[in-house]
Amino acid sequence: MSAAETPTQQAAPRENGRTGRRGKTGVYVLLSLGVLVMSAPFLWMALSAFKTDRELAASPPVWIPTEWTLAHFSRLLDRLDLPLYFFNSVIVAVLVTVSNLVFCSMLGYALAKLRFAGRNKLFALVLGALMVPGNLMLLPLFVLMSKLRLIDSYAGLVLPFAAGALGVFLMRQFMQSIPDELLEAARMDGAGEWYIFWRIVMPLVKPALATLAILTFLGSWNNFVWPLIATNDPGKYTLPVALATFATDPNQSEGSNGMLMAGSLLVVLPVLLIFIVLQRYFTQGIATAGIK
Amino acid sequence: MSTTTEPAADAAPVKAGAAPPTNSANGRTPRSLGVQNLAGWLFSTPFLVLFTVFMAFPIVATLAMSFTDFGLRNVTDPLSAEFIGFENYTKLFGDEKFLKALFNTAYFVVIGVPLTIGAGLAAAVLLNSGIDRARTFFRVGFYAPVVTSIVAVAVVWTFVLDPSEGLIAGLASEVGLTTPDFLGSEALAMPSLILMAVWRNLGTVMVLFIAGLQAIPTDVREAARLDGASAWQEFRRITVPLVRPTMLYATVITTIGYLNVFEEPFVMTEGGPSNSTLTVSLNMYREGFNFFHMGYASAMAYVLFLVIMGITVLQLRLLKDNTK
Repeated sequence: MSAAETPTQQAAPRENGRTGRRGKTGVYVLLSLGVLVMSAPFLWMALSAFKTDRELAASPPVWIPTEWTLAHFSRLLDRLDLPLYFFNSVIVAVLVTVSNLVFCSMLGYALAKLRFAGRNKLFALVLGALMVPGNLMLLPLFVLMSKLRLIDSYAGLVLPFAAGALGVFLMRQFMQSIPDELLEAARMDGAGEWYIFWRIVMPLVKPALATLAILTFLGSWNNFVWPLIATNDPGKYTLPVALATFATDPNQSEGSNGMLMAGSLLVVLPVLLIFIVLQRYFTQGIATAGIK
Repeated sequence: MSTTTEPAADAAPVKAGAAPPTNSANGRTPRSLGVQNLAGWLFSTPFLVLFTVFMAFPIVATLAMSFTDFGLRNVTDPLSAEFIGFENYTKLFGDEKFLKALFNTAYFVVIGVPLTIGAGLAAAVLLNSGIDRARTFFRVGFYAPVVTSIVAVAVVWTFVLDPSEGLIAGLASEVGLTTPDFLGSEALAMPSLILMAVWRNLGTVMVLFIAGLQAIPTDVREAARLDGASAWQEFRRITVPLVRPTMLYATVITTIGYLNVFEEPFVMTEGGPSNSTLTVSLNMYREGFNFFHMGYASAMAYVLFLVIMGITVLQLRLLKDNTK
C-alpha cells in the first residue's frame, strides 16, 4: 500500500499517453473547481469572522471585509471560556491518544506476533467491535458513568475511548510485517516479551504509531455525542460541546453569525493546520487500514 | 490488505503454561509456546478489560434495558427497572415520530450514499488521470472537510445556507436571484443536510478509491488502449469492475455512518421544521437524555443496530464481486 504515497513519479509517465494536453487542462479545471467548492465554506467562515456586523448583513454581500475587526472574537471570549474548553479538549485527546498507542499496540503485537490459545477468536472479536456503532452503547454507558460518579470528569470522557478496535487492527496489520527472525533472535538472547515489545517492536512501527496517534487525536478532538452526554458542568465541556451548546442557544449566541464563525474558526483552524502539515499520515493510515 | 491469520494456536483453550505438544512446525519448543500463551493474554488484558466494561457490557445492557421501563429514577437505581417484555418495541412501530425518523434516516442514506460514492469516485478518477502537478494540493483540498469537527462544520453550513446573510444567498443576489430558507423549509431541509454530508465525506471515499485505482495493473489499461478503447470504455469496462471491492467497502462504511447521522440535524435544524430532519439517532438521544425514557430509547438503539446489521449483510451479498 505504500504505492499510495509515490503516485507522482509513477503516474506521470504512465498516463501521459492517455490524457492529451487539452484533456489535462480539462482535468485541472475540474479539479480546481472542485477544490474551490470544497474550500468555499471554510473561506466564507474565515472571512466572515473578521467582518463587521454591517458588512455581514450587507446586500449585495461584501466578500472581502473592507474593515477587518476582531470584535467577534473578543465578544465570544467574553461569553465562552474558550481557553478552558480548549484545555479540556487537549487533555482528553492526549489521554485517549496515549492510552490507545499503548493498549492497541500491546494487543496488536500479541495478535501479530505471539502464538497463544484463543488468538484467532480474539482477533475476530476486534473485527466485530469495529462494526458496532457507538450509539448503541450510549444509554447504559451514561448509567454506568453516573454510578461510578464519572459524569463531568476527564476519566468519564476518556475511558470509553481508551482502547479502540481500529487501533488494534491498524497496529496488528503493521506489526505483521516485522520479520519473526528478529524476534526469535532476541528471544534466543534471553529477552522477555515485554522487553521485545518496547525495545524492538515499538521503535520499528513508529510510522504506524504516528498515523494512529493522529487519527486517534483527531477522532477525540472532534468527538461530540459522548462528551455531550457525559458533561453537565460547563467547566468540563470540550470545544465541540461548548460550540454546539452556544450555537443552539439563541439567548447566548443571539444568532450572531460573526461570533459563530469566529468560534468555528477557532475550533477548525488548529485541526486544519495539523492536517495540512501531516496530511501524508492521514491518507496513509486510511489506505493501510482501509478504514476511516 | 492481507488479514490472513495463521490457523495455529487457536486449536484448544489451553491454560497459560500448559503448552500443547503439537504445533512445532516452526521448530518452536513447547516451553516458549507456554510463555507466549501467558504473554499473549497479558498483552491482551488492558484492551479486554476496557472492552468488557465499556463495550460488551453496554451492548448487553442496552438489550436488557430495551425490555424494561427504565426511566430517570433508574439512573441511580438501575435494578428496580421493571421488565415489560416487548412493549417498547410494539410501541415503537405505532410511534409516528419514530416512523418519521426512520423514514428521514432512510432518505438521508438512500440519496446521500450514492452521491457521496459518486463524488468521491469522480474526484479519485480525476486525481488519478495522469496529472503530475499539485496532486497533493488537490487531495488535501478534497480531504480537508473530513478532518474538521462536524459541529463546527454544521455551524458554518448553517450560515452558508442562511437565507439573508449566507454564502449561497450572497452568490444568488449577485446574479439577481433570491434563495429560499433552506433549513426552514420542510422540503429543502433534508436535501441541504445531505448536500453538506456529501461535501464532508467525499474525501474519505476519494482516498479509498485512489488506493483502489492505483492497485489496477498498468498493463491492463495499456492493453485496453492498444485495443482502441475510449476513455469512457476504459472507465466503464476496466476501472469500475476493478475498483468494485473498494466500492463495496466505501459503500458499507458510508452507509453505516449515514444511518447514525446525528450531529448535523442536532446543530443545524434540531430535527425541524416539523420533524422533517428528525433522524433515528437524534430521536433516540432526545427520548433517552431529554425525556429519560431510557428503556424506550434502548429499543430504538437496537432497532437501528439491527437495521445497520441487516443492510450491511445485504450490501455485502449484493455488491460482492461475483466473478471471484
